[in-house]
Amino acid sequence: MSIPRKRFDTLVIGAGGGGLRAALQLSQAEANVAVVSKVFPTRSHTVAAQGGINAALANVLPDNWHWHMYDTVKGSDYLGDQDAIEYMCRAASHIVIELEHAGVPFSRLNNGKIYQRAFGGQSQDFGGEQAARTCAAADRTGHAILHTLYQQNIRAKTHFFDEFFAIDLIKDEEGYILGAVILSIETGEPYIIEAKTTLLATGGAGQIFRTNTNARINTGDGMAMALRADIPIQDMEFFQFHPTGIAGKGMLITEGARGEGGFLVNKNGERFMERYATHAKDLASRDVVSRSIAIEVREGRGCGPKGDHVLLKVDHLGADVVAKRLPGIRDTVLTFLHMDPVEKPIPVFPTAHYTMGGIPTNRYGQVVAPLGQGAEEPIPGLYAVGECACVSVHGANRLGGNSLLDIIVFGRAAGNDIIDFLKENRFHRPLDEGSVDQALSRLARWDQRGEGESVDALRQELQQTMEDYCGVFREEKVLQEGVNKVKAMEARLAAVRIQDHSSVFNTQRIEAMELENLFDVALATVTSALARQESRGAHSRVDYPERDDEHWLKHSLFYKKDHRLDFKPVRTKPLSVDSFPPKPRVY
Amino acid sequence: MNTLSKSRLAWRCRRGMLELDYLLQNFINTQYEILGPADLKAFQHLLETPDALLLEYLMGRTIPVDPVFCDVIQKIRAAVTY
Repeated sequence: MSIPRKRFDTLVIGAGGGGLRAALQLSQAEANVAVVSKVFPTRSHTVAAQGGINAALANVLPDNWHWHMYDTVKGSDYLGDQDAIEYMCRAASHIVIELEHAGVPFSRLNNGKIYQRAFGGQSQDFGGEQAARTCAAADRTGHAILHTLYQQNIRAKTHFFDEFFAIDLIKDEEGYILGAVILSIETGEPYIIEAKTTLLATGGAGQIFRTNTNARINTGDGMAMALRADIPIQDMEFFQFHPTGIAGKGMLITEGARGEGGFLVNKNGERFMERYATHAKDLASRDVVSRSIAIEVREGRGCGPKGDHVLLKVDHLGADVVAKRLPGIRDTVLTFLHMDPVEKPIPVFPTAHYTMGGIPTNRYGQVVAPLGQGAEEPIPGLYAVGECACVSVHGANRLGGNSLLDIIVFGRAAGNDIIDFLKENRFHRPLDEGSVDQALSRLARWDQRGEGESVDALRQELQQTMEDYCGVFREEKVLQEGVNKVKAMEARLAAVRIQDHSSVFNTQRIEAMELENLFDVALATVTSALARQESRGAHSRVDYPERDDEHWLKHSLFYKKDHRLDFKPVRTKPLSVDSFPPKPRVY
Repeated sequence: MNTLSKSRLAWRCRRGMLELDYLLQNFINTQYEILGPADLKAFQHLLETPDALLLEYLMGRTIPVDPVFCDVIQKIRAAVTY
């Protein structure tokens, strides 16, 4: 079969903020750039980032990049790499001004400067008073950034492949990444994109869990492609959960509901948070509230016919308070549950929100792995940025306002490093036909006909299993059972068949390949969670409730082959300032 | 504007936010076969709205200027089950 081939200097897979920021840097430097996206670029998940982007501009309160760095290191529960964190926090102010010049309509103060709001986890003077560090374009910062970057890329003549799905990376025997095999969703035709450099920017993997806040496109495609190219993925046990999502559906009910006096009850009407957090009660930290809800459900005190959620009461606050202070929550509940929270309590369950782990990179966006010489050797020609990557600035937990910063800072940094790489690597390497064939066989596998398990059913079973065995309630026995179950389910993938074998817009085939990706990422997550015998950041083990810096101040690396785990040290030395040594984390 | 096939429309219901995915995909999966040509056209047109504005419309926070959208938005909201 003759497959169309196209050549570019750089192939960017994923058109969210990270991918588009890198593409812009490259196109402006007159590199020939292709951006491949399975949906139209402005429908990437970056649009969902409402909060804003952190930068120590000091427009509202005194601020300093070093204080921002301290907060980020502390927020990461000391698992973040301090060189990357210093780089990010130092670059932040410049990056925000650059975005403003590119056209992002940031909200303003009366004096004309960029408005900045206070957010949890931000402090002045290394843990002192609250800081105001988050720059926002009203409540649609991600949307504004994404649209601006897309328009700038059009101007810079970036080549877009909209509605194309990346199947797998192409890799030669020396370990160089040479591009990818992609599929036109419209025609069902595969293409070979040969590229001197390839950047993965495919976003997170919230869809491995049943209840999650992520867009359904977030199936961990880039992480799975890396795994299949024998590249490990890092720190996958760290997944940020929000305690209150609409049960079974995932949409976020913000902390504001409890801040305004809302509280949680179990099926007996008991205000159970009083038992878990005597003083803070419903305002205890996110992980405590999340785990308490999970325990209530596990111990049979959940609500509803399946006993699979608890109730969030705001009905006692009265219609006026809810309408005035919680209008967004009321809209959400009215829309998705067809009920009014003024009259009835809201069914809630912890919802998966952000993937801290991902493809290991250094602060230049280069993908790094232990190849024999050291723990962090660059894989030639391969880069990764954003939620699919682990640079690692978020460590064990991410601060609000740092995810948009991460994608823009490291998108730009990767673009700059790629420009240097292209200067030294002026020609395309010979294509590795074996690697292409391997990618094509992944596609051809879905041509098998006949009866078999359905993609939908197996995906739902995987998501439910991950929620039950690798959610917020984690202990040895539960996680081990989770590993066993996910492995057993993965073995059933071979028996899955799709019923649509047409070429044009065959979305069943795409969903089948997304399911394969979900399995790779889910197995990495549950295996890494079982291995880490401590509680740190978002990874909370009932059987190991304390952080253990002596044994576990290190990054985990999961390999697809044999499901092997490896570890590497945390980079605790910043670029120019002193290290922040681990301390107990108290807010 | 030509009417797009169901699978093509369904792919365009994949958006950047879970809220939109839920509303739009649920609608097309349960209502496509019973939609009249006018509704189908309005729906297809609605999908061209940027995500942030589409969310405002579908959550009932903003009323679209174009009245043909209002009817289909009501149908999308009514199709949500619990």
